[in-house]
Amino acid sequence: MPLSINTKKLEDGTKMDPNAPIVDIIKLDFGYSPEVPVLKDINVTLDKPEFVCIMGPNGVGKSTLIHCMNRILKFTNGTIMIGGNDTKGMKLKELSSYMGYVPASSEDSFPLTVVDTIMVGLQNDFKFGTNDDDLKRVYETLRMMKIEHLAMRNFNELSAGQHQKVMLARGLVRTPKIVLLDEPTSNLDIKHQIDVTKTLSMLPKLKGMLVIMISHDINITAKFADRIIMLSGGGIYADGTPSEVLTKENIRTVYGVDADVIDVNGRPHIILNDCFEDAYIPTDLGPLED
Amino acid sequence: MFNKIRRGNPVPESAGPVDAGETMARDYHKYIYRKVMFIVGCIIAAILVFAFAATYGSSNISIMDVYATIWNHFFNQDALDPYMDWAIFTVRLPRICAGLIAGMSLGVAGAAMQSMMKNPLADPYTTGISSGASFGATLAIGLGITVGGAGDAGLVLTAFIFSLIPAAVIILVSSLKHTSAATMILAGIAIMYLFNAATTIIKLGLSDSSLSAVFNWTVGDLSGTTWADCRVMLIFTIVGTVILWALSKKLNILITGDKNAKALGLDAHKLRIVLLILISLMAASIVCFTGIIGFVGLVAPHIVRIFLGSDNRYLIPASAMFGAVLLMVADLISRWVIAPTFLPVGVITAFIGCPMFMYLLIKSKNSVW
Repeated sequence: MPLSINTKKLEDGTKMDPNAPIVDIIKLDFGYSPEVPVLKDINVTLDKPEFVCIMGPNGVGKSTLIHCMNRILKFTNGTIMIGGNDTKGMKLKELSSYMGYVPASSEDSFPLTVVDTIMVGLQNDFKFGTNDDDLKRVYETLRMMKIEHLAMRNFNELSAGQHQKVMLARGLVRTPKIVLLDEPTSNLDIKHQIDVTKTLSMLPKLKGMLVIMISHDINITAKFADRIIMLSGGGIYADGTPSEVLTKENIRTVYGVDADVIDVNGRPHIILNDCFEDAYIPTDLGPLED
Repeated sequence: MFNKIRRGNPVPESAGPVDAGETMARDYHKYIYRKVMFIVGCIIAAILVFAFAATYGSSNISIMDVYATIWNHFFNQDALDPYMDWAIFTVRLPRICAGLIAGMSLGVAGAAMQSMMKNPLADPYTTGISSGASFGATLAIGLGITVGGAGDAGLVLTAFIFSLIPAAVIILVSSLKHTSAATMILAGIAIMYLFNAATTIIKLGLSDSSLSAVFNWTVGDLSGTTWADCRVMLIFTIVGTVILWALSKKLNILITGDKNAKALGLDAHKLRIVLLILISLMAASIVCFTGIIGFVGLVAPHIVRIFLGSDNRYLIPASAMFGAVLLMVADLISRWVIAPTFLPVGVITAFIGCPMFMYLLIKSKNSVW
């Protein structure tokens, strides 16, 4: 069964305006406390289905930005519009029907089977039973993530990489218009990193989804992203195609890393040389214990 | 095919994607069918235990006479033996019904509590219900301070009201500052210590007879429950169970984590407060009649989890029925073990629940957490 975009009209009748940008972030400020702002004056317009990667050093506010978009965090200053609707005026349920989310890590919990875990992502919580259409959908998503052999296993028994794939499937099972992914490939081996990123990069063209992913793998991002937003110091440092953003100067300024950028088939390829910081090994750690 | 998929072998080429999808659906339905069968098994067990418990007692009434009396009670009042009618309908059946209802209620409340707190140690008393109720009962028995008049009704009402105070405090605290599930449990435990300390202060000044009455109340006991008590417990149990069951898919979302829940459109904090109110009312309605029956709320859901997994759609009804069976069996044993007198049922639930739970924890391949 082909996966189709969920365009079901919601109770409130809010619909995505096709002429408005899919996501429009206007003057967003956010801080966990007033003294320490994390994000300052963020302005981003995402107006077409694309594979957008958010990059930046640890603690710069990448996850915070994503959490502001799906209202896991409450922000006070600024506006985030989705298809012409202010997210602040939407019910959580309504907002979530447009936005899938894949968290960075799984939490320890009571075990559900993989099928049941992914079923949670369908969020049809008014239906009690499980019908075959739902199961088909789950199965197709499992196939997309290539984990159909794990279907009846308990989530708790799986490895960290398999957890990530199950969470990816849970976030994608409804084929939401927008999907937010928080480092979805951090625990995967190199083959599966490429495989999953390639799959994600195809969703905009094939399904019309806007895929927004936080990533640290600079070369995989360079290879697959349509657009890269690079955060630094609480603001957007660079925003554009991989060739525009991933330059020697930008990598030096944002990450403090010396890198060479070469061109491979029209996309940048980054060779990381060294960081500009000396390693520090404390002298008073003592000798090795026998 | 089922086993192949479960063991993680690749699906055979010849099967093709459609077949594999149907196989998964078939496996899943089988898996659901097993869960339903477990619940049906528990219901049958509950009926059998109930039917047997009705025939067991200190007054020597034959099995035939027991069922004849039950039949006559409803359909043939003229042929009724007044003594047997009294022994069965006033002494035995209310007690068995109380075991059935209390076991259901504690099982459901425990299952829901564990899922909502995402904590395997949570049970209906984690919110401080038992300590609040003990304090209320100690006030009533020891100092004669009751809400709603003297006598048993006053005692019950006082225990009920005090058992809800800790939950109310938790809700207040967590609403002031949006707190996590773990903080809720910690707040509950802190309040539990406070109430226990207050109870101890009152106990210091009590006479021996009052102390023994307080003691009897705190160990949990089904004897002396009346039809009127059962009616009140039943109303809370049915309403609570139905609502919690209806919320079971939301509970499934909750166990995948608060952030994910919010991203799926579910405000975990609000739902937790609603659940806390429901569970507290359910547990308080039981504890104020029976005293503190430990272990059922903690262990019944976990034993069910070992067999069924943690899908709340099935966990909740299964915990209800399993809790009922566990408590009815425990009550039966408590009446039998040192007959004609009896042990408090709370003692027996721990004595049979603990080894059973340990055995399953060690033997089982399925993890509960």
